[in-house]
Amino acid sequence: MIERSPFFDFITYLAMAFGALVVVIPFWITLVAGSQSLQEVSQVPISLLPSSHLFENLAAAWTRGDLGPKLINSFIVAIGVTVGKITLASLSAFAIVFFSFKARMICFWLIFITLMLPLEVRIVPTYSIAANALLPFQVILDTLGITGLVQAVSGVQIALNWNLLNSYTGLILPLVATATGTFLYRQFFMTIPDELVEASKMDGAHPLEFFFDVLLPLSRTNMLALATIMFVSSWNQYLWPLLITTDRANFGTVVMQLKALIPAQNGTPDWNVTMAGALIIMLPPLLVVAFMQRWFVRGLISRDK
Amino acid sequence: MAQITIKGVKKNYAKTAVIHGVDVNIEAGEFVVILGPSGCGKSTLLRMIAGLEEITEGEIAIGGTVVNKLEPRERGCAMVFQNYALYPHMTVRKNIGYALKVAKVPKAERDARVMKVAQSVSLEPFLDRRPGELSGGQRQRVAMARAMVREPKVFLFDEPFSNLDAKLRVAMRSEVRRLHRDLGVTSVFVTHDQIEAMTLADKLIIMNAGKVEQIGKPTEVYNNPASRFVADFIGSPAMNLFEGEFDAEGHFVHGAGGRMNVSQLNGVRQPGRKVVLGVRPEGVRRTGADTHGAIPAVVDYVEELGASRLIHADANGSRIVALDNDSAELKSGTPVHLSLADSALHLFSLEDGRRISH
Amino acid sequence: MERRAYYRNGWMPWLLLAPQLILVLVFFYWPTTQALYWAFSLEQPWGGGNTWVGFDNFLAIFRDREYWGTVLRSAFYAIVSTGLSMAVALTLAAFVDRSLKGTRIFQSIYVWPYAIAAPAAGVAFRFIFAPESGLIGSVNQIWPGIWDPATNGIHALAMVIVCHAWLGIGYNFIFFLAALQMIPRSISEAGAMDGARPFQRLIDLQLPLIAPTAFFLLIMNLISSFTDSFGLIDVMTEGGPIGQTEVMVYKIYFDGFKGLDYSGAAAQSIVLMLLVIGLTFVQFKWVERRVHYN
Repeated sequence: MIERSPFFDFITYLAMAFGALVVVIPFWITLVAGSQSLQEVSQVPISLLPSSHLFENLAAAWTRGDLGPKLINSFIVAIGVTVGKITLASLSAFAIVFFSFKARMICFWLIFITLMLPLEVRIVPTYSIAANALLPFQVILDTLGITGLVQAVSGVQIALNWNLLNSYTGLILPLVATATGTFLYRQFFMTIPDELVEASKMDGAHPLEFFFDVLLPLSRTNMLALATIMFVSSWNQYLWPLLITTDRANFGTVVMQLKALIPAQNGTPDWNVTMAGALIIMLPPLLVVAFMQRWFVRGLISRDK
Repeated sequence: MAQITIKGVKKNYAKTAVIHGVDVNIEAGEFVVILGPSGCGKSTLLRMIAGLEEITEGEIAIGGTVVNKLEPRERGCAMVFQNYALYPHMTVRKNIGYALKVAKVPKAERDARVMKVAQSVSLEPFLDRRPGELSGGQRQRVAMARAMVREPKVFLFDEPFSNLDAKLRVAMRSEVRRLHRDLGVTSVFVTHDQIEAMTLADKLIIMNAGKVEQIGKPTEVYNNPASRFVADFIGSPAMNLFEGEFDAEGHFVHGAGGRMNVSQLNGVRQPGRKVVLGVRPEGVRRTGADTHGAIPAVVDYVEELGASRLIHADANGSRIVALDNDSAELKSGTPVHLSLADSALHLFSLEDGRRISH
Repeated sequence: MERRAYYRNGWMPWLLLAPQLILVLVFFYWPTTQALYWAFSLEQPWGGGNTWVGFDNFLAIFRDREYWGTVLRSAFYAIVSTGLSMAVALTLAAFVDRSLKGTRIFQSIYVWPYAIAAPAAGVAFRFIFAPESGLIGSVNQIWPGIWDPATNGIHALAMVIVCHAWLGIGYNFIFFLAALQMIPRSISEAGAMDGARPFQRLIDLQLPLIAPTAFFLLIMNLISSFTDSFGLIDVMTEGGPIGQTEVMVYKIYFDGFKGLDYSGAAAQSIVLMLLVIGLTFVQFKWVERRVHYN
């Protein structure tokens, strides 16, 4: 701040307060409506102060949306994606940054091109692979003539089949298969000074020892950032879970339930229950972001450099 | 303790050659300093000994074993890096002990060895701190302790003091010297600082542009530089170097026709031979006009050093620097007479810069 | 990205890369290739083989007026929601960048929308904008029927766009603030010494210096408006009324999974992919020219 103008400071606070209002209003309305009774929520104009029915609305939403098991599913998916992503990303970034091998640049591009096309854009074909995730390998074996060979020799026909519909693997794996985390780790690994690698070589450490003893502890901040980003984005997935889980009762996630919570066109307009449900569904990623803000902001920014 | 033999070693990066064939023998227990300007390949040579850089051609043997194909950990070398390269997330204790941990040395023994080494470099009070909480000198000592704890056959130092201030550098120098005396481990030390090199080395290797210029004791290198490059590089203030040739009477003709009487160079004074004549400033004295062979010159400016001073003068178009202990005022433009000490003359071929012995 | 220090262990990098490469092959390259195949062939949803039809699928969608309507709507949606979101985020970032006392609280609040699932925000905004509810709907008390996203396509689209813009505020804010804070103070101070007032400095000094970030955000927002709009629209309008909020991703989903026209959906997917690749490519080219301070 260069100017010391009280008037300009006032304008600044005013603008920031207005901005906060814009950001907070939807949250506030959700909370307010979620705490009101059916009558209160149907009033026109609505009261902008919370009422006392929050817990009964939460309970109603909980049963209507079957939120208990769905929350568990959401947690399983979000944590699965986060852990899977961190593991794969750190390993592959390690290989790309610290190893010298012929196909390094090819591997680099093979992985990083996936950043270009988000899952939503290639949703139709990705869905088809979910019916049999091993199909590419079957085709490779068929083309190479191995299937025929094995059948001729042993009489066994190779038929690879792995259906991912209605499974946690199906919910998780396609979300893990992108380069976001790899890119973030790569950016970080490139800042590690050469001499640290050399020092560990001189100390007699194996590459994996370097990875576990030096790299991973040093990239803790990075990991927290990636964990936050991945948790939020996988929790908030909508289209993919919608497609891959036909058995909603057992494998549905909580975000998919939002639509079911909306009052029917000609039914009771009990938005209070809907909003209470939305509150429950919003809360976990919001808490994660609020608590991890310091780390994940840094991670987000370095990701896209 | 092990001897190191370097035979015909070359290094190429892609198509560019950075080391053109180096042959050096380092005796067991010797302290060898590789000195050269930046980019001369000295660090690359050191890193090839360490195993951090592949050897394009030639052979390096440590203790009689050819190590070309060995991993750094199999060579028995320890290294101190320029930027310390301490593990920032580990305490001093863990930094020092990491190599032992990797080698699966039992915890009790590890702790004892770390403690012993820490004592020898006065680090015990800092064992539980992290590198970020230490001063530059302390970090440097951690780096040395880390190298010592493995009891290696060879110590390698890659410009270890270049990040320290002048005073600490002197202190660390004597510390390294003391450690070498106590441990007697073969050491190879790379630096571009000639004072560091002169004070530390048993044997000095001067490198330039990927080649070894000269190998020898520091005094030998100083007194008998093998090439114009070494003569110019070693010594501060730098040696006076005059390009010129001998005339029919055997005088050395330089600059704008200045002549010097250099009868002591008898035998190499073929008329017309193009040479570089070198003389250190301490070999140039102010003298009376009537002295035989005195060179007339005009003072340009005087550089005070405290105990002595340097006279920068122009002798017939050639710049000449003389070390002077007098304190009489000398203004710019004052004519003076200079003489060259007999024993201090060096002669190099102008063509290839090699020394011409006389 | 060359390092001086690396490892050479023949098979180890492959072992480290294998999991990621396999996943990428199965869930990215295979499907994308397959989409290409489908787009150029006609497949029966219940088997029975496909026939090669060349560009027929593309010609079919390009001849479809409804498809062009969707494309134009998507473009409108993308541009307006991006502009709105970035403008709000930049304004907030510029004020926060003054670092007055207590700014940190505002700063952390502005990030919140980033955490929210698009459909969740969609539900909240649907209520806020519902004609029968007591918020925006209140205007109907004064002028009956003036606001009705359930039957008025323009109202519905506006509602979705506002919600989308709101969702992007957090992300855009984070980047704008970081870019502003990366500008050395001395530049603003020099501007002040030259007599420029804060607003003038924003226009003359800060904006040009954060242009690369702004451009990066522009592209990211445009891409996200293609990809993230699905959840929002599905929850808020289901593409209605009568298809007036249907954007490209939604149409792909609808044609492919509800209409079971895989070939048409695949052709549409290819068009969308090319669009996104094009945008990403433009961004890559631009990123190389980023401003660096030394």
